Formats: sequence, C-alpha cells, structure tokens
Amino acid sequence: MDYTLKEIMVLCAARKIKNHDIVFCGTGISMLAAVAAKHIYAPDCVIFFETGAIDSKLEKLPLAVSDSRVMYGAQAFCSLVDSFSFMQNKKTGANIVGIIGAAQIDPFGNLNSTMIGEYGDIKARFPGSGGACDVASFVNTNIIFMKLEKRKFVHTLPYITSPGWLAGENSREKQGLNPQGPCAVITDMGIMGFESRTKKMFLQEFYPGIDPETIKEHISFDIDISKARQTIIPKDEELKILREKTDPEKLILN
Amino acid sequence: MGTIKTDTKVMALDQAIRRYVTHADHITIGGFTLSRNPMAAIHEIIRQGICELHIYIHSNGQGFDELVGAGCISKAEIAYSGNGRFAPTCFCFKRQVINNKIMVEDYTNFQMALRFLAGAMGVPFLPTTSCLGTDIINKWGFDIETRKNNSRLSSKKLVVMDNPFSKKTAPEKIVLVPAINPDVTIIHAQRADTTGTTRINGLTFSDIEQAKASKSVIVTCDELLNPGLLNHDPGNNQLPSFCVDAVVHIPFGAYPTACYGLYDYDAQFLDLYRSIASSQERFNLYIKDFILGTKDHAEFIEKACGNRLEQIKADPETGYSDRIKRN
Repeated sequence: MDYTLKEIMVLCAARKIKNHDIVFCGTGISMLAAVAAKHIYAPDCVIFFETGAIDSKLEKLPLAVSDSRVMYGAQAFCSLVDSFSFMQNKKTGANIVGIIGAAQIDPFGNLNSTMIGEYGDIKARFPGSGGACDVASFVNTNIIFMKLEKRKFVHTLPYITSPGWLAGENSREKQGLNPQGPCAVITDMGIMGFESRTKKMFLQEFYPGIDPETIKEHISFDIDISKARQTIIPKDEELKILREKTDPEKLILN
Repeated sequence: MGTIKTDTKVMALDQAIRRYVTHADHITIGGFTLSRNPMAAIHEIIRQGICELHIYIHSNGQGFDELVGAGCISKAEIAYSGNGRFAPTCFCFKRQVINNKIMVEDYTNFQMALRFLAGAMGVPFLPTTSCLGTDIINKWGFDIETRKNNSRLSSKKLVVMDNPFSKKTAPEKIVLVPAINPDVTIIHAQRADTTGTTRINGLTFSDIEQAKASKSVIVTCDELLNPGLLNHDPGNNQLPSFCVDAVVHIPFGAYPTACYGLYDYDAQFLDLYRSIASSQERFNLYIKDFILGTKDHAEFIEKACGNRLEQIKADPETGYSDRIKRN
C-alpha cells in the first residue's frame, strides 16, 4: 500500500510508545502519533494533555489540547499544575513519554519555538514554549517531531526555548536538569538519534526511497549518516488503522 | 431553596467592565487556546476602548489575539500564543510583536501556572527546575531598567539559585518564578449563582488560581442560577462567592471558543478569523463591523455565527458537536 511521508512519520513515532507509557502530547501530528500508538501498538498506554485531561477517550481527533474532544470520557480532569507535576513526581515521573515539536532544532536537540531575533528587534515570532520546555526539562523519554528543512536544522539557535542535550556530554546534568535528554527526532525523511557520549545528533534511520545524502543536504550542520539503516516499511494494517480509525476526517493527514 | 440574597453580584457586562477594568490595569483571562475564553467580556473591553493593559496568560489563543489586534495590550507575560489548528502562532500577536507594538516576556506553561498559584497562595514566588540552561532564563523581554521604572513589575524575570535544602556537594539548582497578582481576572464558566459561586464543567485549566490571585474577579456565565442551587453538589464548584465581584449572565459568552458540554468552537468562524487576523486592515474592519458595530454579544453572535448556532450546540453526551465542519 502506498503511504505519505506524514503517515510514515506518525507511525515511526507511534512505534516508540510502549504499553506502560504515559504519553504527553501536544497538538497536530504529535497528538496523531499518540492516538495511533494507542490504536495500533500500545492499547494500554495512557494519553494525557497539559490542559489536565487524563486518558481521554479521543473518539474524535482534537484540534487543540483544550478541545472538548480531550475532555469526553476522560479518566480524570486535573489542573495545569497537576499535569506538569506528573512528569516530576516519584510515582509517575519515570514513565512519562513526551512528544513535542518546534520551529528550529540544533545538533544537540535543543529547540526554538519562541523567536528569531532579539527582544526589541524580533524578525520572526513563534507561539512560545507552551508546555514544551517543561516537558523537555522533566521527562525521561522525549520524542521530537520536525520537518526536515535547512532553516529548521541550524547550527546555533537564536533562542533556546526547550532544553535538548544543551552543549552535549553531561551538560544537562550539570545544569540541574533531568539527565535524560531527547531520544529521537522524527522527521519527514528519516529519524535522528543522539550519540551516547557526545550527545550529537546522527542519522539513525532513513525512510524507504530516501537517500541519506539528501537528508544531509536538508540540514545546516554536519551530521553523521554512516550508521543509518532503512526504516521498516509501514504494513497495510498499520496504514489502514491510521487512516480509518485514527484520522478518518483527515484533519492532520490531509 | 434559598431566596435570592441581597448581596447579588449580578450586573450587566458593560457595567462590570466599566467598574473593574481600567486603563493600564494588569489583567488575566481564563480559558486555554480555543476553549472557554471570556470572549463577550473581551469584546466589551474593546468596545470601551480600554488600552495599555498588561496581560498575564499561559496558553491563550483567540481572546488574547483579539485584544492584541485591537490595540488594548501594551505588555504581555505569556507561555504560548497559538490557537490549535486554526493558528500555529496567533496572527495579530505575531504582527504586533514584530512591529514592536507590544512587549512580551516569555515563560513556560508550568511556570505561568505556578506564578498564578503563588499569587493565589500569597507567597512572592514558587520554585521549579523547568527551563534550566535555556534562554527563558537568559533572555528578558522586559529589561532591568524597564522593571526598575515600573513598580508593578517584579524586579527580575526569574532567579536561579542553589537548592538551600540540599545536602549534596554539587549544587542542585532551582528557578524561582515571581507571583502574579492581577487587578482583575475575567473567566467564563458554564454556571454561576447570583452571589458568585462558580461551577466550571470540564477542564478548569488555571482559571481557579488566576481568580484566587486577583484583586477583582468577573465571572461571565452561560447559566445564572439562584443561590443555593449549586450548594447541592459543592464538590463540583470551584470558586466560593467571596472570590467573585461581578457575575454577568451571557449565553454563549465564550463564543467563538468552546464551552464544554454546552457548545463547540465555531470552526468556520475561526477559519474566517485566520484570514481576518492575517492583515491589520482586515482586522480593523472586523473590529469596526463585528465588535464596535454590534451593541452586545448576542448581536455579535448573530453576525458572526448566524444560523450555524444550532450546529455548534454540544451533544450532551460528548460535550462537543459532531455537526461542525472541521476540515
């Protein structure tokens, strides 16, 4: 069955989610990935939103994390303070998987979702952290979604909104953050991981039909592509569920 | 059932805004992106031409963007300005920030929620470890000079310090975020009684902390009840009457944003808003026709929504509407 790059991207993120995970997701494609995981790979994972909706029924895809569709049939309603506290407390902290996106990313997985320029002389403005910086600060497993473009994968960020591996090696820990930085960057051409010692981004997987060299050309900094392998081709069954159950209205997959 | 008490806080919207929202006030509004924004009250602020407002929000979308576009806001302390699929970044916000029409200070959602909580608790700050090593610490939208010259601003954006309780040799760091105590908080709830007891159905976001942190509180509500009716199920009430100064009965008061259990967001209007807000000329015309050109929220809804109103009414089972066009 044919598939789009958006579809394989969603499935790749969804495949990383396990049954015992408590998944924090934002809007758009990250929400779709979490719902796809629940539908296909990890029916017992719990999806929650920063707005405080826990284990939402999600019969219809929400268009924002405050959408009433995250409220229907939820297990519990919490406050904003509660939902970020789940990422830090002794009981649930270690089980939280975060899925976030951003406007720009650097070689260590730090993210910019605030602006280009400086206060007083802002060239481009993005929405701001929302809960992304909190997630990136607190959770053990953080998955990042990015569209692969040169202007998005940059050597130095004009503004670090959310911490990745900061300057690499053990710099996160030195700053006082949870030592676990992001685990993967899922793009529309392939998946990046981070070297175990340096914490520098490298190409882990490329999607079928995509040349790793092409991926390199879409990134402003130098990236190691020598360890890359091809991603498993989506199965018909996975695609069928994604299209018919996860996003039948084609709200995100359009 | 108790009879209606003499301490009724019910008033007309224009009266409530006139009494509690003043030029250059520090305000905060409830809701989250496209849900339960106090839109009727926001439009009344625009109608009354109140400006130079300093606003505090975590993740507000529609309401914040209209206030910014209408020139009511001079400074904003925020975590996020987007409106789900309808605006990856709010359009008026983006334009006015780049044109230096408003000053922005950026925090995170958790930090803003903690700042409201600190205000509600009456403590000057609360600690967190969120944002260590980021530019949320290093870069300030309001510099030291601006902060020194404005007694209402905290002296610093935030403070990083060593955990004073730690017994480890390597210091653990914490970030202190300053409390927020606005002049007025405006929230929209599904239900309130005439004395101000308030019941929000569905997610409360940070509305409760925002209200408790504030000097004055305006609650607009879809349903206004006699005193005593909400006391039958007090576990579902979030604000006792003494927290609330004005209660305003406005059916569809959150429109075009959603109000869980009663009505959905108006996706068609929010799509139209995208094209309106992406040009200041079109936005000015919108303000002139839709807000200044209507005398109240009922007239605004008639103009903006017309006969779609039936479609956005929520299914009582799910709390949203399956009859709206979302794609």
